Amino acid sequence: MSTGLVDYTREEPVVAGRPTASEIDAAISAPLDQFPTRIWWIGFGITSTMLAIGVLCVGITLWSGVGTWGINQPVAWGFDIVNFVFWVGIGHAGTLISAILFLLRQRWRNGIARFAEAMTIFAVMCAAIFPLLHTGRQWLPLYLMPYPNQHGLWVNFTSPLLWDVFAVSTYLTVSAVFWYLGLVPDLATLRDRTTHPVKKLIYSVFSLGWRHSGRHWHHFERAYLILAGFATPLVLSVHTIVSFDFAVSVIPGWHTTIFPPYFVAGAVFSGFAMVQNSLIVVRQMFKLKHLITLDTLEKMNKVMIVTGSMVGYAYAMEYFIAWYSGSQFELFVFINRALGPYAWAYWTMVACNVIFPQLFWFKKVRRSIPLMFGIGVLVNVGMWFERFVIVVTSLSRDFLPSSWGHYVPSPVDVGILVGSLGLFFTLILVFVRVLPVISLAEIKSVLPGAQPERHEHN
Amino acid sequence: MKKPLYGLTALFDTPDALMQAVDETVKAGYTRYDVHAPYPLHGLARAMRLKPSPLGYFALVFGLLGAVSAVGLMTWITLVDYPLVIGGKPFWSWPAFVPVAFEITVLLASVLTVVSMIVIYFKFPNISHPLHDTPFMKRVSSDGFGICIEAADPLFEEARVRGMLTSLGGKDVGPVYFDVEDLNHGQKVFDLKFVGLLAGVGLLVSIITYLGLNVMLYMKPFNWMMEQEKLKPQAASALFSNGIGMRPPVEGTVARGFLPYPYKGRPEDAGRYLVNPLPVTKPVLDLGREKYLTFCSPCHGNFGRGDSRLAGQFPNPPTLHSDKVRDWPDGSIYHVMTDGQNVMPSYAAQVSRDERWAIVHYIRVLQRAHHAKESDLQ
Repeated sequence: MSTGLVDYTREEPVVAGRPTASEIDAAISAPLDQFPTRIWWIGFGITSTMLAIGVLCVGITLWSGVGTWGINQPVAWGFDIVNFVFWVGIGHAGTLISAILFLLRQRWRNGIARFAEAMTIFAVMCAAIFPLLHTGRQWLPLYLMPYPNQHGLWVNFTSPLLWDVFAVSTYLTVSAVFWYLGLVPDLATLRDRTTHPVKKLIYSVFSLGWRHSGRHWHHFERAYLILAGFATPLVLSVHTIVSFDFAVSVIPGWHTTIFPPYFVAGAVFSGFAMVQNSLIVVRQMFKLKHLITLDTLEKMNKVMIVTGSMVGYAYAMEYFIAWYSGSQFELFVFINRALGPYAWAYWTMVACNVIFPQLFWFKKVRRSIPLMFGIGVLVNVGMWFERFVIVVTSLSRDFLPSSWGHYVPSPVDVGILVGSLGLFFTLILVFVRVLPVISLAEIKSVLPGAQPERHEHN
Repeated sequence: MKKPLYGLTALFDTPDALMQAVDETVKAGYTRYDVHAPYPLHGLARAMRLKPSPLGYFALVFGLLGAVSAVGLMTWITLVDYPLVIGGKPFWSWPAFVPVAFEITVLLASVLTVVSMIVIYFKFPNISHPLHDTPFMKRVSSDGFGICIEAADPLFEEARVRGMLTSLGGKDVGPVYFDVEDLNHGQKVFDLKFVGLLAGVGLLVSIITYLGLNVMLYMKPFNWMMEQEKLKPQAASALFSNGIGMRPPVEGTVARGFLPYPYKGRPEDAGRYLVNPLPVTKPVLDLGREKYLTFCSPCHGNFGRGDSRLAGQFPNPPTLHSDKVRDWPDGSIYHVMTDGQNVMPSYAAQVSRDERWAIVHYIRVLQRAHHAKESDLQ
């Protein structure tokens, strides 16, 4: 397979070798049946510690208020909103893999969709913490929702901050429903495999009595298609609405129509980097390299070139528009980003997002696990810095020089970021122990010889 | 007691063998049967002659419901119940409604379609079935492909069905029996246990909500913002001996923007020290004329002669054109307006400081008009 020519008339097999369905069952269920390995415990220990730091810092914030953060006037949004946008962005890769690649009939998604969709849910859960915390009175989250109340008040439907509430909660709910729907057949398979009575009860309840009936598959497939069809515009709308938090304002550097597509492309970019990194670890730990193949990872890297190039183009376009617009304020913002007090963040962002991912044009880099892992980490760092640059530079220096200020994150800020990473990875570690990392039904359906030949003649 | 027969099951090695068996089953006229596979097979629905799933229409209805209710709620809120004045923008700003309406549409369409499928087609919560925990189900969950023909089918006859399945290549052709409890189970969604569970969950949520909103929010530290040190109007206060929070202003307090008149009761000093700060310009004179006609003319007359139409009904003011008044400095005239003189009360409350000075200028105009000199014509 290493000649230069690629045969595009034949679709590459999704899995390596020719495993049988029962072998797949065994391989994917193995982590669920065994006691966790030492590596898992070490990982869990690290992530739980990070989570504990986060819980402590969240507790400090709840008790003493958001004054314990580094936010000030004029930089009233700091790590809180940077982290929010970062995590929501990471969630988008999962839905793209689950829903969009499903609609595009890319069979290679079957090995990774389950894990990616789980990552979406965990990432959105991490994201949702931040808008909640930054409200100040975190014990009154219901004030964000429109309900009839004795104050006679309603929420402001013209505010993008409110649209965020609806978008992120809808995204979390629909992603969870979509993920659960795909899990039902797998839970039934696990129910029929397990002998442990408690596990059997739990699987029986949550598999909803699924019995792999053809009549049920018929409705299931229709529902899955409907959800994929809805999840696709949903994921595009969610990060668009998040970008409206900035684009609908008048701050120079924020008030630009490029933000919605730029944010969505950036979200897919950072999400794919996180999914790719996590999959590399998972396939190594659970010996699933024949099911999450190098071909699949290479395809993900190709998506990263596309979205990374879009992000790089957006950076260049912002500069062009800043000059072309003739707006002194807009031009200053971009000069300030490159040369001002946060220039170190800006150039980190450019290096990580624009320069390093371009190495994926080379096949050797695309197919090298250590290199792609490294570039994935750099992309995540770079995309975090992109949100930091957008939020902090535009706020710290906007229209009036007498209003300029500087932002320095407080230890509590950093602690909450560390905690969100801890929460995310802890949830992933728990997930891989409790539920099948790869969708059993989906991966079996794309094995060679899995589908009847005759349907092609109909 | 012999358990009643549910049906006969058979396993097949390959998807193609299964599809062939399905074709034969359909051709033979069986209708109460089902096909089982660990994943969806292409072309199976067509081979089983299944009608297209109506879930798409469900999604349409739920989605439209979501869109209409979201837009309806937002419209009612922004037009009827709580319109917000935002820079004169239209109250029904439909572009702002698009994001929320879209999200609610997607939310309702997705979630309710899945819930409908689970309740209607999977018959939740009545999910038990004779095929559960059979060896057939174990195989079919993992790597087997199978058919089950139910005994309830009108054409069912155990020997014939067994023969047909075996001849089609079916392995492990065997019977499946009903569980006795399943027989007594209705197909009702409103099963007592399930409704009881829902009611219990509802009760639990209500209790938690009540405790959270009505009890916890009034406890420390959540109530810290409600208890503030500041004095609110009408509130009692322990700081003061009579316990009343609201206090009268301290002796000598002066209102904002107010300066006390320094020459109260001292007309000579007023005349000596006060200087008209306003220039003699047309706008000032127009202002003075307007205010004079409003406030002064009822008693002093339109031209300052003291001959207003109220003359005779009260002690007339002396004319303003006397030598005494003409010789008076501006400050003395201002003093009379501010402090009052004899019967005339103070007009400081009705006429502002600047207006009084403007009236002084106007009075000078009237005085000059009444004692015009030849030189004034130039």
